[in-house]
Amino acid sequence: MKMGAQVFQDLKVVEFAIAIAGPTTGKYFSDHGATVVHVESSTHPDILRLSPPYRKGVPRINASAYWTQYNTGKYDISLDLTHAEGREVARRLAGWCDVVIENFAPGVMERLGLAYPDLVKVNPSLVMVSISNLGQTGPYAKHRGLGQALHGLSGLAHLLGWPDREPDNPFAAVPDYLVPPFALAALVAALDFRRRTGKGQYIDISQFEVACSMLAPVLLDRIANGHEAVRMGNRDLSGAPHAVYPTLGNDRWCAIAVFTNEEWKSFCRETGKTHLISDPRFATLPARKAHEDDLDAIVSQWTIDRTGEEVMRTLQRAGVAAAVVNTPADLLSDPQLQHRQHFVMVDHPEIGPHRVGGQPSKLSATPAEVKRAPLLGEHNEVILKDFLHMEEEEYINLILSGVLK
Amino acid sequence: MELAKDTPDREAPLKPYRVLDLTDGYCLACGKILADLGAEVIKVEGPAGDRARQIPPFYGDKPHPEQSLLCFAFNQGKKGITLNLGHARGKTIFKSLVKLADIVVESYDPGYLDSLGLGYDALSTLNPRLILTSITAFGQSGPYRGFKQSDLVVTALSGFLFLCGDRDRPPVRISFPIAFYQACAEAAAGSLMALYHRNQTAQGQRVDVSAQEALALYTSNAPAFWELGKRLVTRSGRNRAEITSTVKSPQLWQCKDGGISFAIYGGQLGARVNTPLIAWMDSEGMADDWLKSVNWAELDMASLSEDFFNEVKKRMATFFLKHTKAELFQGAIEREIMLFPVNTLGDIVEDRQLRAREFWIEVEHPELGKTINYPGAFAKASLTPIIPGRRAPLLGEHNYSIYSLLGMSRQQVDDLRKEGIV
Repeated sequence: MKMGAQVFQDLKVVEFAIAIAGPTTGKYFSDHGATVVHVESSTHPDILRLSPPYRKGVPRINASAYWTQYNTGKYDISLDLTHAEGREVARRLAGWCDVVIENFAPGVMERLGLAYPDLVKVNPSLVMVSISNLGQTGPYAKHRGLGQALHGLSGLAHLLGWPDREPDNPFAAVPDYLVPPFALAALVAALDFRRRTGKGQYIDISQFEVACSMLAPVLLDRIANGHEAVRMGNRDLSGAPHAVYPTLGNDRWCAIAVFTNEEWKSFCRETGKTHLISDPRFATLPARKAHEDDLDAIVSQWTIDRTGEEVMRTLQRAGVAAAVVNTPADLLSDPQLQHRQHFVMVDHPEIGPHRVGGQPSKLSATPAEVKRAPLLGEHNEVILKDFLHMEEEEYINLILSGVLK
Repeated sequence: MELAKDTPDREAPLKPYRVLDLTDGYCLACGKILADLGAEVIKVEGPAGDRARQIPPFYGDKPHPEQSLLCFAFNQGKKGITLNLGHARGKTIFKSLVKLADIVVESYDPGYLDSLGLGYDALSTLNPRLILTSITAFGQSGPYRGFKQSDLVVTALSGFLFLCGDRDRPPVRISFPIAFYQACAEAAAGSLMALYHRNQTAQGQRVDVSAQEALALYTSNAPAFWELGKRLVTRSGRNRAEITSTVKSPQLWQCKDGGISFAIYGGQLGARVNTPLIAWMDSEGMADDWLKSVNWAELDMASLSEDFFNEVKKRMATFFLKHTKAELFQGAIEREIMLFPVNTLGDIVEDRQLRAREFWIEVEHPELGKTINYPGAFAKASLTPIIPGRRAPLLGEHNYSIYSLLGMSRQQVDDLRKEGIV
């Protein structure tokens, strides 16, 4: 479906960005029509290009679908920033664009002469965001770590897992996904300020701090009441049964969450356990919480001979919150996500047709258009000649001096 | 770089904009993000108050409609009015407010606003520049539209739940409602994209956010593994996801007084991290010749043997158990080892990085006779302050001032209160 105007159709963005948080911030812009240039090089490629899954399992620089899903619709330049001429081209890109997104380790952009004070000289109204684990300042700002490390630091590991076991580690780096919408909101707000005043600015985002903002209610409980929130498995203070139960099949599960007494009665009727309605062990929420182990055993007995789909349909029909625990495979065929066209098929020159995630907000008048991700250096010529108006001779010289590799 | 402090002469980035916030439950945070950026966010509740006011934990542990810490956290910086949208006069008043608003954010069940005659079509007729943002579990349409939802159910359908937890137990969620928080952040981003478009074209629009879809991003590359090679990625507990390596590689480790986060890598990264760690172990007599002889740069995690890896793990685990997480973290900072503590919430409050960056802000609660430290801004900007504002509004606290925008006198507002409209 070809749409009309796009939100960011006149906007130009340059990314010095790697892995997830930076490129995902840029993806909002590219999916909504901006011209986004992703800067990398074959000597310093975006690390997700070197991370699986690859087409046919063979590691190749252009074959990672991990990388393509966060870089849809972007232009790509292979520019060696260790080379003085490469850094000069990078500064010209900063002069050309409206927004710079960077998420290198703090200090790297400074060392390259590409920090905000350097770039603002060539573009006084530049809006720039730096995203990092810990922020640009502070006693251990420069202590390096992958996104996974933030789970420990930010309390997310502490809150994941079972009360009788040590903390668990979430599969993916949660703050890497949490931060992009905040970065986008801060950037668009700054762009609006620029529209009103002509002034650009610099934004410093610490992923640690964003994660702490999320946990504000439990941090306030710690600060004001002295209570340390704990991991509770799948239980919840306001519901019972409230857990994940086994269903038919190997490693297949469903989630059920009963909060009110009415929902409990509906659950009993729908599962043919009407005798439990009058059982005093389960009549009220405090009673159900007190006998939660018994309750979970009863629920498991009912779920274990059914598919997750059947559990979900049966209980949802009765007004009880229940769901299949979707596997990654289920996710791709989940009817609701299909309805929202969450996964979009793109045809990539090396990977071929494959599905990538779209945008979770659906804008009615200006929907996102998700296009395939670029090859490494695919747009060197377009970016340098068309965007930066470089002469043929200068372009050739850059190639010959090994800057575009 | 010197970043903006809260000085009154600096204009917040969203200062010109007004938001009507109809959200409830775990969907309050979208308005909070817009308020942090300087928008005037007006929380609109029924005369009896939001359901969120009943959600624990509470200040002082006592259930009280003005003391829910969820509301403290995510209604911060907003103004608050009461209005009965079920009442004809209440609807008329709401429509008048909509004419003065840029964004309406809501989290009712799909179709509820339409049933009140306050759906997008009605509101956009009154104010074509309006942006109506809806936050729900699954979106405004589709097969799950009428489903009962909860954080656990949304997390299950997002695919994220399946990927968390230990193999010998069911998948497990984070004991905090992250699904709707992520949806709130996406709703703030979506609202501002729509606002950006509106300011170029004078055209408002609808923004439809699904928490399931927002949280599906947390499945990272797991769907791509299925898409490209029909490989089903599953949960791996305290270990790293078993994607590039066949051995069980811990991400979380026990130490003397808690846990740390640290992973063993091979190749250049491994050499950079493991070499200083082993030198540190050696300085305490805890690295034997075998460990010191490993050539990390040439080690390929994809092909090394379980036995070899276990020998390395055993030595490192012993070293970690001899030290506290604070000692390990400090030593890791000095030696550039990628190691971090597993913080409790209490540890976070004490964290010196957050303190040095002046992350915490004091928020006055005159009714409690207290000043409470709150988590601060989600970003620091060089020119326009991003500063969370005053404490969450009391029920109907700003009725007089907001309704005066519509030309109502205090007497008129008092009369409406008697009729149960405000």
